[in-house]
Amino acid sequence: MTLVIDVFLFLFLMITAVAMARMNSLFGVVMMSGIYSLLSAALFMVMDAPDVAFTEAAVGAGISTVLMLGTLALVGRVQKPALRRHHFAALGIVIVTGIALAYGTYDLPAFGDADNPVQTSTVTERYVDVSGREIGIPNIVTSVLASYRGYDTLGETVVVFTAAVAVLVLLGRARRRGVTGEERESDLQ
Amino acid sequence: MDNLLQIIIDHYNYWIVIILMMIGFYVVIARGNLVKKLVGLNIFQTSVFLLYISVGNVMGGTAPILVSEAAEARPDAQVLYTNPLTSVLILTAIVVGVATTSLGLALVVRIKESYGTMEEDEIIDMDQAEDKAERDRLRGPTPEEIAEGHPS
Repeated sequence: MTLVIDVFLFLFLMITAVAMARMNSLFGVVMMSGIYSLLSAALFMVMDAPDVAFTEAAVGAGISTVLMLGTLALVGRVQKPALRRHHFAALGIVIVTGIALAYGTYDLPAFGDADNPVQTSTVTERYVDVSGREIGIPNIVTSVLASYRGYDTLGETVVVFTAAVAVLVLLGRARRRGVTGEERESDLQ
Repeated sequence: MDNLLQIIIDHYNYWIVIILMMIGFYVVIARGNLVKKLVGLNIFQTSVFLLYISVGNVMGGTAPILVSEAAEARPDAQVLYTNPLTSVLILTAIVVGVATTSLGLALVVRIKESYGTMEEDEIIDMDQAEDKAERDRLRGPTPEEIAEGHPS
């Protein structure tokens, strides 16, 4: 049953992705990307990763979509139809890369295999066995994220902070001066 | 034949993830619109997340949340958990991914303000025209122009 849901969600994901690649209306593309994130959140849930599913639904389907809509409000929502001449070269590169990657999957463990090296590693076993006693939180993901690897999470916060500062610097400067590109060029002349 | 079926069942998940990844890659290299490129990058990124979660998944396993102590007290109840480490990695990656996406979108807004367009080919054309004008100005009038008698 899980397998059927899994395959169906993957099919929907593929249809959504192809539709996004073909669409010319940017508003439609952004809406489809929200749907894509929500579908992948459902897929994370099916694959027993509820924490990732929540985050993807909130951050991927929510915040990302809002950010993109905000951008569209500033830059307009029309896209020039794609140029024909790029297509064959791009398609060739993509197909070759895809085949190389698919060839690489033969060395990966079988999907859902309990004996897979990720699963039998001592690190995983230790977290599963001891984290409940050591940290006192039933959710292993939370224990690892907030306690064992707390400094990584701090680093992640630094990355988000840096991105926020960069966005403010990029957008705040032009707003303050009220200068657009053409006006600045005429200033220089 | 059985062997082939087994290979497909073992790997179909990875293959679909790779197809999604390649769709995202195609959007990034074949489409000129910068917002569309960022959406393609998002597709690519989500497919990497799916790959990681696929690797951590265990058939018949449960989410990595410890079951109640009553169930754990039974010695035969060996609970099989899905790998928590892949989830931790991807949680971090999702948040960082949104941060980079928002930075990319801010850059698109700035480019649109400066160039008046967000199509890659138009931006490249404008840059090249500007470079050419700059070179001509630095080089001064060509011999032909001087010979024709209008020096600027």
